[in-house]
Amino acid sequence: MIEIANVSKSYGKSLVVDGLSLTLPKGGITSIIGPNGAGKSTLLSMIARLVDPDGGRIAVGGLDVATTRGDLLARHLAVLRQDNHLAMRLTVRDLVTFGRYPYGKGRLGPEDVAQIGRALSYLGLTELADRFLDELSGGQRQRAFVAMVICQDTDYMLFDEPLNNLDIGNAVAMMKLLTRATRELGKTAVVVLHDINFASRYSDHIVAMRDGRLHSQGTPAEMITPEVLRDLYGTAFEVRDIGGHRVAVYYG
Amino acid sequence: MRREARDRRGRGVIGLLALVALLAMVAFMVVGAHGNWGFVLPFRAGKLAALLLVAYAVAVSTVLFQTITGNRILTPSIIGFDALYILLQSALVLAIGSAATTALDPRVMFVVEMAAMVGFSLVLYRLLFSGAIRNLFHLMLVGIVLGVLFRSLSTVFQRVIDPTEFVVLQDRLFANFNSVDTALLGVAALVVGLVTAAGATMFHAFDVMALGRDQAIALGVDHRRVTVRILVLVTLLVSVSTALVGPVTFFGLLVANLAYMLVPDARHTRTLPAAVLVAVICLVGGQMLLERVLDYSTALSIVIEFAGGLFFILFLLREAVR
Repeated sequence: MIEIANVSKSYGKSLVVDGLSLTLPKGGITSIIGPNGAGKSTLLSMIARLVDPDGGRIAVGGLDVATTRGDLLARHLAVLRQDNHLAMRLTVRDLVTFGRYPYGKGRLGPEDVAQIGRALSYLGLTELADRFLDELSGGQRQRAFVAMVICQDTDYMLFDEPLNNLDIGNAVAMMKLLTRATRELGKTAVVVLHDINFASRYSDHIVAMRDGRLHSQGTPAEMITPEVLRDLYGTAFEVRDIGGHRVAVYYG
Repeated sequence: MRREARDRRGRGVIGLLALVALLAMVAFMVVGAHGNWGFVLPFRAGKLAALLLVAYAVAVSTVLFQTITGNRILTPSIIGFDALYILLQSALVLAIGSAATTALDPRVMFVVEMAAMVGFSLVLYRLLFSGAIRNLFHLMLVGIVLGVLFRSLSTVFQRVIDPTEFVVLQDRLFANFNSVDTALLGVAALVVGLVTAAGATMFHAFDVMALGRDQAIALGVDHRRVTVRILVLVTLLVSVSTALVGPVTFFGLLVANLAYMLVPDARHTRTLPAAVLVAVICLVGGQMLLERVLDYSTALSIVIEFAGGLFFILFLLREAVR
């Protein structure tokens, strides 16, 4: 469970997150949706302690992110940002190996090596393990970073727009993979998404943010309705039920 | 490339570099050593030790600085260290004259120079800590601006002093590998040794730091604390090399990037030794060639900075094409 209590953050004069209180459930996939500038990414960064909140308190699985030791937290919480530019040239295996750093501080035991192998095969990267990241396609690169997160083997995984720059096939594969990881490995994934239909299809829980505040939250069935979405994004939506999942049409 | 093959090649490259570096050192010691070896060898050994210290300090400080900045075209001099050195020398010549400056005990000078640089950087890093400077790029920007200030002040001082004094001063401001002060060897070696010991305790964090701030934090590294610690180590190394031979700008860039190219592995267990060995080969080999083969007809610092500068431009062009 991720508890967010009265958290605020402003950049200069603009208030990005405004006294937000929210509890994200343990298990499954929780999507955060909302218009641009709603504070979704900032919230995710604050949960991951990449950005310090101006006020309030955040606890992940009972650990206060502001006061818990970084290496301890890194065994409970992993995060993947949107922009993953690397200055150094790494192979896929090198990158995935970093996922074990919180455990061995660079020393790899047999258990770590096994975990790296599992993460690679989980993401279907075993064949590509010794390729350099700059030789891979965008989708493969993204998978390598997700493999690092999986390899870190934390209860909580945060993803900031993991579908950015992925084509439709890769995006679907990515969401299926996250679903599998939460089901099979018992992880909790929190994902910032822009495509509400992906959120509708793959989330267990959806949180909508607007203007730095909680707009609404609930199951996909509660959230993907013309009323909620119109109010959230300020544009007209039609919602259809296709194969038991709600699909929103919003092309005007 | 398979991991084992890459490991093997990494070790092979480093072994080869070590061999060439060793040959350069031996050549430096014995080539053209006529007359009394009992005098020549200790004399050259002192010089060699100084060159090794400088090579080590420049290579390690540049690689670590590039690691924490995530940028391979930066050197620590961007923070304004060489400008501060120039200012210090100018102010000293202005205050007490060139004769008195030259007559100062080099060990005292060394300590003063090092104290000034470390003090200056601590003020900068304190700002980084307090939040007045938000990130490393702000820090560098402030360093650049202060560097310009130091340079302007130096120019003012240099206008004021006697022209003959200015010539002496100018001589001090170019990196000089010919007349390294061997009196400083002990204290310089001590500082380098302490820095190495401190660095060894956090060696495991270097690779993670190279992933960038967000990834480093996500993997549990206290990014700010490690950054400041590495910066302090870098400052100490820079002040050692500057005090021994004067400011060098492009040399670090040259050796660090050559090392990245030569070893097929971005881990610091590979890049740091490779960079140090490349630096040793350039400095010791270069000095040997210039002294013994070319008969001191040009200064090594000019050759190195020229080559480093060319390399820098090529590097920029190649990156731009990419």
